[in-house]
Amino acid sequence: MAVLVIAEHDNRNLKPASLNALAAASEIARLGGGEIDLLVAGKDCRAVAEKAAKATGPKRVLLAEDAALEHGLAEDLAPLVVALAPSYGHIFAPSTSAGKNLMPRVAALLDVMQISDISAVVALDTFVRPIYAGNALATVQSNDPIKVVTVRGTAFPALSAEGGEATLETVEGKGSAGLSQFLRAELSKSERPELTSARIIISGGRGMQSGENFRLLEVIADRLGAAIGASRAAVDAGFVPNDYQVGQTGKIVAPELYIAVGISGAIQHLAGMKDSKVIVAINKDEEAPIFGVADYGIVGDLFKVLPELDAELARRG
Amino acid sequence: MKALVAVKRVVDFNVKVRVKADRSGVETAGVKMSMNPFDEIGIEEALRLKEKGIVEEVIAVSLGAGQCQETIRTALAMGADRGVLVETDAELQPLAVAKLLKAVVLQENPGIVITGKQAIDDDCNQTGQMLAALLGWPQATFASKLAIAEDHAEVTREVDGGLETIRIRLPAVVTTDLRLNEPRYASLPNIMKAKRKPIAILSPESLGVDVAPRLKTLKVEEPAKRQGGKKVGSVAELVDKLKNEARVI
Ligand SMILES: Cc1cc2nc3c(=O)[nH]c(=O)nc-3n(C[C@H](O)[C@H](O)[C@H](O)COP(=O)(O)OP(=O)(O)OC[C@H]3O[C@@H](n4cnc5c(N)ncnc54)[C@H](O)[C@@H]3O)c2cc1C
Ligand SMILES: Nc1ncnc2c1ncn2[C@@H]1O[C@H](COP(=O)(O)O)[C@@H](O)[C@H]1O
Repeated sequence: MAVLVIAEHDNRNLKPASLNALAAASEIARLGGGEIDLLVAGKDCRAVAEKAAKATGPKRVLLAEDAALEHGLAEDLAPLVVALAPSYGHIFAPSTSAGKNLMPRVAALLDVMQISDISAVVALDTFVRPIYAGNALATVQSNDPIKVVTVRGTAFPALSAEGGEATLETVEGKGSAGLSQFLRAELSKSERPELTSARIIISGGRGMQSGENFRLLEVIADRLGAAIGASRAAVDAGFVPNDYQVGQTGKIVAPELYIAVGISGAIQHLAGMKDSKVIVAINKDEEAPIFGVADYGIVGDLFKVLPELDAELARRG
Repeated sequence: MKALVAVKRVVDFNVKVRVKADRSGVETAGVKMSMNPFDEIGIEEALRLKEKGIVEEVIAVSLGAGQCQETIRTALAMGADRGVLVETDAELQPLAVAKLLKAVVLQENPGIVITGKQAIDDDCNQTGQMLAALLGWPQATFASKLAIAEDHAEVTREVDGGLETIRIRLPAVVTTDLRLNEPRYASLPNIMKAKRKPIAILSPESLGVDVAPRLKTLKVEEPAKRQGGKKVGSVAELVDKLKNEARVI
């Protein structure tokens, strides 16, 4: 048996989350689950596969190029994964919006349960996964012949993108199922690091009062090389786009430093950031639950504290 | 066409759950239960499709113990036309739920099925995609906008990088994200009316579905507690601590 990892990419670059999924797969390999194959499925994406072949972990990279695979539509990608499945005991993908969309479809077609968002590998058939917004950790054992799993990136430090030498093989796509069609994407453009792989994140909540006021966070993010995140309330109010949302139903992050500004600390928000190494909270309400998880709290008006913080960072260089 | 909406009974989102001492699960006895928030959004969306004349009938389906009738009543009070309860005391995992929903779909022939993107108890985020797979239907997950025209739908999806719009053939499964709509509250007259709306009761056996769990929960534990709560007096002190104590900047 072997492990199949589904790579995430945009036909040009491999997404970092793929390296976290490879890290989880390498634990399976270490436990005797066999060698790791990485599937790069897309359109005109040979360059991605060639680069991915240098990642540590995979023994083989399987390249599937097909016009129908350009946007990773689950209806067209799932049949390919299902066709490859009989050679594998485990199929892993990152727990990203793409992985969450695809993997349950694959699992149902194989008549197996899917195991979502694992945070640890215990044995070949046993995994830990957070439930109830991370307020409990369940250890689950699968009795299905193929384990179809999505991997919580923050729980598995990424394998290196360099140093491996996998062989490259091509496989056939399955064409279009004719069920769905990609029309367009409006992706947030940003020069800043991606939320889920950033070393430092500064997030704003309802307390920011407007989208313009996020400027106060941006100047600090620029100084620290940080990504910008938000609470659901800030996204719902239209201050920032949806992909900034950190939490149970947004992105799960665990940077070295997380700075929460004008965020109360609802369990759904904490679920997305409480595994950060160091947490700073800036809030004018000293009773705000966010202080309960913060290593360093500042009680004060963010409109006063943020400019001060910017000045202090400038002064200290 | 008919719209079929799955509504799950879950521990209310405001409750901070506690792990049971014997580590078999979380405490649900005496805890406030509600409709999964994403399913309220699903019902609301179906009602809006009905108000636009696209949908003729909204059917709320729940699966689980007898108390799920309350969840269905909530959906009926919001405006759903009738309910279906697949009653069982067995533990239901998403694959089993999807199989049961498929059986109900084959009886009802809806033009659209709406589920939540994720149940806030198991946080699985699977059922809608599995149902679509079992039916051989398209799936539009994490929807924040839905427009239906004749035999297809255009759906805007919340994805990691922003938004993506796809076109799917109907019938299809759509799973709701938070920003699809804001669910209405049930009015008192509608709550009264809901008491007279019908709920059909089925069982996994009557639908011929094997619901045996595929995953065995070995234990449920509390995550490690964070030692938070420390405050600093000034911004200068904060920057100093981040540099010299935590060494993260
Ligand atoms: C199904 C479901 C899923 C959810 N998923 C998520 C999720 O993924 N992520 C998420 O974040 N939320 C999520 N939520 C919402 C969550 O419950 C909270 O409503 C939300 O996190 C609150 O955001 P907030 O802290 O910005 O706003 P609030 O709770 O309103 O807090 C604002 C804070 O700002 C402070 N403040 C105001 N003005 C100032 C000032 N001038 N200076 C300093 N401080 C100030 C206030 O003291 C307050 O503490 C979800 C909810 C549900 C029901
Ligand atoms: N027992 C259930 N009864 C009704 N709907 C359910 C049930 N389980 C799951 N669902 C539906 O599937 C969605 C996703 O659930 P899950 O895959 O468990 O995260 C929920 O929001 C519901 O719409």
